[in-house]
Amino acid sequence: MNDISENIHQAKLWKVLIQRRSVLFGLIILFVIGVFAIFAPWISSVDPNSIAVRSRLLPPGTEYWLGTDELGRDIFTRLIYAGRVSLTVGVGVAIISSSIGIVMGLTSGFFKRLDAPISRITDAMMAFPDILLAISLVAVLGGSVSNVVIALSIVYAPRVARIVRASTLVIRELPYVEAARALGVGTPTILFSHILRNIMSPIIVQATFIFAYSMLSEAGLSFLGVGVDPSTPTWGTMISNGRQYIDVASWMIICPGVAITMCVLSLQIAGDGLRDALDPKIAKDL
Amino acid sequence: MKKYIFKRILGMIWVMFIVLTLVFIIVRLAPGDPATLMLGPDATPQEAIELREDMGFNRPIIIQYADFISKVAQGDLGKSIFFNQPVLSILAERAEPSILLTLFSLGIAISIALPFGIASAYYRGTLLDQSSLTSAMLIASIPSFWTGLILQQYLGTELGWFPVSGYGGPGASFGERAYHLLLPSLVLGVVNSALILRFTRASMLDVLTEDYVRTARSKGLSEMNVVLRQAFKNTLIPLATVIGLTFALLISGAVVTERVFNLPGIGSLVVGSVLRRDYPMIQGTLIVVSGVYVLVNFLIDMIYLWIDPRVKY
Repeated sequence: MNDISENIHQAKLWKVLIQRRSVLFGLIILFVIGVFAIFAPWISSVDPNSIAVRSRLLPPGTEYWLGTDELGRDIFTRLIYAGRVSLTVGVGVAIISSSIGIVMGLTSGFFKRLDAPISRITDAMMAFPDILLAISLVAVLGGSVSNVVIALSIVYAPRVARIVRASTLVIRELPYVEAARALGVGTPTILFSHILRNIMSPIIVQATFIFAYSMLSEAGLSFLGVGVDPSTPTWGTMISNGRQYIDVASWMIICPGVAITMCVLSLQIAGDGLRDALDPKIAKDL
Repeated sequence: MKKYIFKRILGMIWVMFIVLTLVFIIVRLAPGDPATLMLGPDATPQEAIELREDMGFNRPIIIQYADFISKVAQGDLGKSIFFNQPVLSILAERAEPSILLTLFSLGIAISIALPFGIASAYYRGTLLDQSSLTSAMLIASIPSFWTGLILQQYLGTELGWFPVSGYGGPGASFGERAYHLLLPSLVLGVVNSALILRFTRASMLDVLTEDYVRTARSKGLSEMNVVLRQAFKNTLIPLATVIGLTFALLISGAVVTERVFNLPGIGSLVVGSVLRRDYPMIQGTLIVVSGVYVLVNFLIDMIYLWIDPRVKY
């Protein structure tokens, strides 16, 4: 019975999401970018780092769809390979920061004694400006994709923790939690089966936005030269490289910029649509 | 009320204490010997020993921590390895462009977001509303450094309307320095107006359906009066919160924007320090910037007390 109602709920959710044309547009763009990133080696047979000095700074055309850079590397190939890094960072940060945030938020919202210390730690972590904390963490951990994911997860986890804590504080007092406790259900089961399951909506919405923000932050870090190793193509490093050639080869920075924007925009649209679909009260206001 | 302010100050001290602890941990997360890391591969073992001695890295970690906290409490943030000067004085030298950039951008963001946010809520569902919301979402999705580079090229280099980079050189007048900040502030302001616009719209939508707005209309007050005097005044509290949030975003945005426009501010300083592995400088910047953020949030809480007489603690 429970499964049937869950299936109906999921079907309704998809219907609401698909009915909104903007959300559909966002999801299609994301899907296309995802397909290009996943199947990059099959879509382009060229090595993203292969240098062809004779073909340097060529404008977009039939041979090189999006032109070439200062070393004659194919921008289209680099763009789709860079998408892999950006999407990996986005997905990685969304999953890890949500997991840390869920544990922090549930503990802080459910166990009154732990609330004050965990909340203070959350407040302190949120006092650091995102990019400054990320830069400092990458500086000490070293520049690699995994370290950028760790750094950005630490930066964004408190945001999830705050949302989870606030929702846990409300749900903790509801009669069904009290009933579960009276029936002798163990604390871990109450936390994960009764509370977490009912606060998944705001967490999913927040995770979508974190996905988007972390892609922007990763691009920023790479642009500053303190992110992923410069030999790995990322949208941020591509913009950074193209900076010197903006007056002669503007495509070098336009293409990766458009890619980041499209990706982040689609995620924001999807996140907004998801929030509206999951919370009809907000949907009415928007 | 006094009790609330006292409690709030106490909370602020706690948060800062945790900030300091986190900064202490972050800097020591680096794998390997911090002295060797700071000096780079060309340093001799003797230099590493001296720096270790100088920075106290050879003492027990708990003693290092106690020493660090007590020094920061006395206003001593250490000495930069690269500049060989106290961290605090370097930060003070570099503060002006960063502070002005943040303030100018905040001003620009508010002046774009408020009129569009109010109009968007008032004309809800119309083309104006839809296009404001879509633009806000689009703007929030564009990396600020990318917009900065493109505007720098077209408005600066090609059209010559704005200086392309720098802060006017040594001895430049305030007007000249401010002129150099115009384009970076415009970029940062526009990018960060999206959040304020969406909040203004949402708060206005809530307020416009309130009974007192209907009463004001039924009394025959002009629409301008109803919207701006009766309704907008009541959205100031959520707006103060979002402006506080935007302030944090602006600090982050300023780090990257300063780099794009080659501004000698705290953002450029911190990026340079990271590349040079100047840990005392990174540590000091993190402490000062988070301290400013905590203080701004405290001031916003105090503003609540001032703008809304219903708020009593």
